[in-house]
This record gives sequence, structure tokens and C-alpha cells, in this order.
Amino acid sequence: MSLRPATAEPRWLRTLLLAVTLLFLAAFLVTPLVAVFTEALRKGAGAYFAGFHDPAVRAAIRLTLLTAVIAVPVNVVFGLAAAWAVAKFEFPGKSLLTTLIDLPLAVSPVVSGLIYVLVFGLNGWLGPWLKAHDLQVIFAVPGIVLATVFVTLPFVARELIPLMQEQGTEDEESALTLGASGWQTFWRVTLPNVRWALLYGVILCNARAMGEFGAVSVVSGHIRGKTNTVPLQVEILYNEYNFVAAFAVASLLAMLALVTLAAKSFIEWRMTSAPASPAVPGDPT
Amino acid sequence: MWYRRGMKYGRFLMLAGLVTLGVLGTAGPARAGKGVTLLNVSYDPTRELYREYNDAFAAHWKQEAGQAVTVDQSHGGSGKQARAVIDGLQADVVTLALAYDVDAIAANSRLLAPDWQKRLPHNSAPYTSTIVFLVRKGNPKGIKDWGDLLKPGVQVITPNPKTSGGARWNYLAAWAWALKRELGDLKKLDDAKQAAAVAAAQDKAKAFVAELFKRVPVLDSGARGSTNTFVQRGIGDVLLAWENEAFLAVNELGPDKVDIVVPSLSILAEPTVAVVDANVDAHGTRKVAEAYLQWLYSPTGQQLAAKYYYRPVNVDRVDPNLLARFPALELVTIDGVFGGWKKAQKTHFDDGGVFDAIYAR
Repeated sequence: MSLRPATAEPRWLRTLLLAVTLLFLAAFLVTPLVAVFTEALRKGAGAYFAGFHDPAVRAAIRLTLLTAVIAVPVNVVFGLAAAWAVAKFEFPGKSLLTTLIDLPLAVSPVVSGLIYVLVFGLNGWLGPWLKAHDLQVIFAVPGIVLATVFVTLPFVARELIPLMQEQGTEDEESALTLGASGWQTFWRVTLPNVRWALLYGVILCNARAMGEFGAVSVVSGHIRGKTNTVPLQVEILYNEYNFVAAFAVASLLAMLALVTLAAKSFIEWRMTSAPASPAVPGDPT
Repeated sequence: MWYRRGMKYGRFLMLAGLVTLGVLGTAGPARAGKGVTLLNVSYDPTRELYREYNDAFAAHWKQEAGQAVTVDQSHGGSGKQARAVIDGLQADVVTLALAYDVDAIAANSRLLAPDWQKRLPHNSAPYTSTIVFLVRKGNPKGIKDWGDLLKPGVQVITPNPKTSGGARWNYLAAWAWALKRELGDLKKLDDAKQAAAVAAAQDKAKAFVAELFKRVPVLDSGARGSTNTFVQRGIGDVLLAWENEAFLAVNELGPDKVDIVVPSLSILAEPTVAVVDANVDAHGTRKVAEAYLQWLYSPTGQQLAAKYYYRPVNVDRVDPNLLARFPALELVTIDGVFGGWKKAQKTHFDDGGVFDAIYAR
């Protein structure tokens, strides 16, 4: 009788577990994804691309890109600052701060949008002042960007905080001892140490920024060609019985998701194969 | 080496910043340029109508005033859109499903004069609509009128009157038909001597509507949602729908699937339009905004309304072929039967109203 590891399950159980997992994935992930592309291409490639000639669709794509181009760098700066503060310093209220960073993940997107209506709306706290100065925040691009920044706020910080905490402050202390300035230490030691985690956070942040529906829907005002982002435009096209165009535009978001997954896997692979401490800077010429 | 890497990050950030500024620059202020821009905040089913009307009006205004005008559109549930205008959506004009929603803007903000409804002809409703039935092809359940909705085994699809303007019209149309059945003549409603008979009829009407809503398997939040439930998901035997939505569903989703049935009596729905005073004064667009709404009453505006299945109010110069599509039926008004929107809303649809009572059972 041959020996087998004590933890090994019988073959039939392994097969069963694997089959259940695969079936579940097929039903809940693969089928909808296939359905999006099937619907989008139902009337051929011509109809598929015709969907993107609509000026309103193009405007939606531009607005989504603009929102991501603003929201992601803002969150990179915030994430680095917050992670730096949490990982490298001791201060009262530190655990409260880390909890607060997670708030946007815990709160419903509708609420995330409504808080901006309450603050910047005509009847909100700042409404009269904004009106007097002819400034428009909600139902315009600034409101959409603000809501997006809010919902994507945790992504970069959450990736960086555990890593920076784990790395401690020794590398920075060495650099400072060797005469580097604070700024030099940041660029040459801290940033290279966390670059993969940062990139990982950026990718997740970007995916959410481009895909956010709820919060943006509340502050958008749905002005055709001006304040509709790609996810909102998909809903509009669907409600207008324009199914092919709706799924064609939805397929853009699906492709974004696939690219995000690929990038994420690549970065995970880099993070594990090349440990994130190339902090022995060799010769600093 | 690490110094250079540092520079790379720095350059990258600078580049990202410049790109941001560049994109922001091209996005630019919306109202720049020589022409003028209007924002029309409307409800769901008017998309197709205003898409064509806006182009026609732009051509007309160019000729008339020599000014280029672009009209932006925002569509959504009527109540939600009114809320957005109150919260600061910069609408120059609103074209909503019912006067109640425009009243809400006047009541909850200082954007609109309270007498807005008197400023344009026909209660500021340039086109009207009504509630009809959409049934499965060939009308297998033999539904001809409101009474048939209570036949055994008939499932009715309507949106939720708490959230949908169209659903409130559905509910009130059913109520009005039941009143007429009991009283024979709706003029008795205003006759003080008939008070007892009217009270009894109101009870019967309430029982009828309660029975009707027991036959609703899915209560969607909006009209388009209900249309999709009925046509796409194949649920129910009859859909209570806006006349224009019903025609559109037949056209878009196939005449081989559904038929329109017109009941003997229905309600006159008056979608209303108004210039938002405070916004047009701030934008300097009052003149063009007023012309935009007035032109809805012109032969061209009326013709377009009819084309998209709204009943025009000035039929004189509208193509008779378009008018032939609107079947004649008895239409009652909300003012005549229910004492106006404010009263109807309070009695039937506000929290603790009749709808809550009959639907909770």
C-alpha cells in the first residue's frame, strides 16, 4: 500500500470541488462577459463600431478619461501621504485615520453622491456662496470628479500602508544617516521600495474611477454629451432600446476590466518574484 | 542611478499634471463661443421628440434671430429631474411629466414663479397624452376595457405610483373609470345633492383599484422598467402605459409581439413645460428659452409632437394621417375628477394615503 499525505482528499472530492468552482465561475463571471460581447456584436462589427460614432458616446468616453486622469493622481498623492504618515510616524488618532480611509468602501455609493448634493447643492451648505460666485460643482464636471475621488480614495492608501508598515523606517534612517535630504530619501528609497504596490493601487483605483456608477449618477445631472460618463451612457442607451450600442459601450468597460486583471496578475507576479526591497541602492552615481 | 530614477518619477508626475491641465483646458467652459446653449431638463419618454425638435428649433431660431442655439438634454424620472433642478441643475427650461413636479420646483426653490402654469396656453401643456393598454399579440385574454383587468387569471403590469408619474396616471385613470361606472355621469361629482351617491361610488372605486393592484406581480419603479418587464421578460397579460410609450414599444420591439387596446375612458395627461426664471436670468437666455417653449405650439412643434405619439393641442395644421393614429375616447381631467394634482397627490399617493392603505393589505 502506497503512502499518501495525510491531508490529501480523495480524488472524487477534489474533482467535485473543482467542478463546483468552475461551474460557479462559468455561471457568474464568464457567461455575463460572453453575453456582453455577443450582444454587442449581434448585428456585426459595423453596428458595433457605429455605436462609437455617436457624439454623446464620445463625450462620455472623454469625460471618463478626464475623470480618471484627475482622480488617480490625486489619490496617488493622498495615498502616499497617508501611508507615509501611518507607517513612519506615531501620532494620536492613527487607528482612527486608517479606519476613516476605509469609509468610502463601507458606505453606499448613493450616499457618497448625496453628500455632495448636500454640500454643494443649491440648497446645500455652500450652495448660496457658489451661486453668488457663479460656480457650478454638482451637475457638472467638478462634482463628478469629486465623487469619483471620494469612492476611489482607499485604493492606493490601502495597498501602501501594510507594505510600508512592514518595511519599517530602517532604510530611510540609513539614507538620512548617510546625508540624504528628506526629499531625496523619499524619491530614492521610499518610492522604489513601494513601487509595485503603488502601481497595483493605481490600477485598482483607475478601474473603479472609470467604472463608478452610483455616486456619479447622483451628481451627474445626466446632461447628454456633457455630464454622462461611460457607465451612465450605457444605461441611457439601454433605456433608449439601443441595445447594440449599449452593449458595445459596455464591452469597453468589460475590456477595461480584463486589462486591469492582466495588469494586476503581472504586478502580483513581479511583487512575489522580485521582492519589493531593492532598497540596497548599490552605487548612487 | 537612483537619482535619475527619482527624476523619472518627477518627470512622470509633471507630465501627468500637464496632461490633466491640457484635458481640462479642452473641456472648457460650456457656455463659451458665439452661440447660445439651453439646457432642457425633461422626463424619460421625450428623448426621441426633443432630439428632432431641438434641431428644428435651432434652424428656426437661426433664421428668426440670427443666433446659433444648441439645446442640451437631460432625461430621467420626472420627480427625480425636478429634484435635481431644485438642487441646482442649471435647467433653462423644464419639460416634465406632470404639473405637480413643476409645482415642486416652484414650492421648494425660488427658481420659478408660482403662477408659471398660466404663462403658456393650455395650462402650459403643448401636447397631451393618455393611458392605454398594451396586450399580447391577438389579445388572448380578451381585454377591452378597465373592467376586464379583473377577469380571473389576468396579470397587470404597472410601475409603482409612489415613484412613477406614469403610474399615478394609471391609478387615477382606473379610479375615474370605476367612478363613471358607478355614477353614470361624472358631472354628479360636483352636485352637492348627490353627495351620498358620490361617497358610495368613491368606495366602489377604491375597491376596484385595490383589486386591480392585487393583480400586479411586479411593481417597477419607472415606466421604462415596466415596459421592459412586460415586453422583454414576458411577464403579465396587460401593461398600463403612456400612449406614446405604448406606440414606441410597438415600433421598437416589434408589432408581431404586442397590440394596443384603447379603453372606453381614460385620463388626460398634461405634460407641462416652463422656463426656469432664475436660471435663464443668470444665463441671459430668457428670450431664446421663451421662444423655445412657445414654438412647441407652432405647426412644426405640434406636427413633431404628433409624430412622436403625443396628442397635439392645436390640430388645425397637423397632418391628418398623424392624427388618425390617435383613437377617440372619453378623456377626463385631473382637475375635474380629482380636484387637481395637489389634492390627488395628498389623498392618494403621499405616505399614509389611499394607495398605502390598499397596497398594504
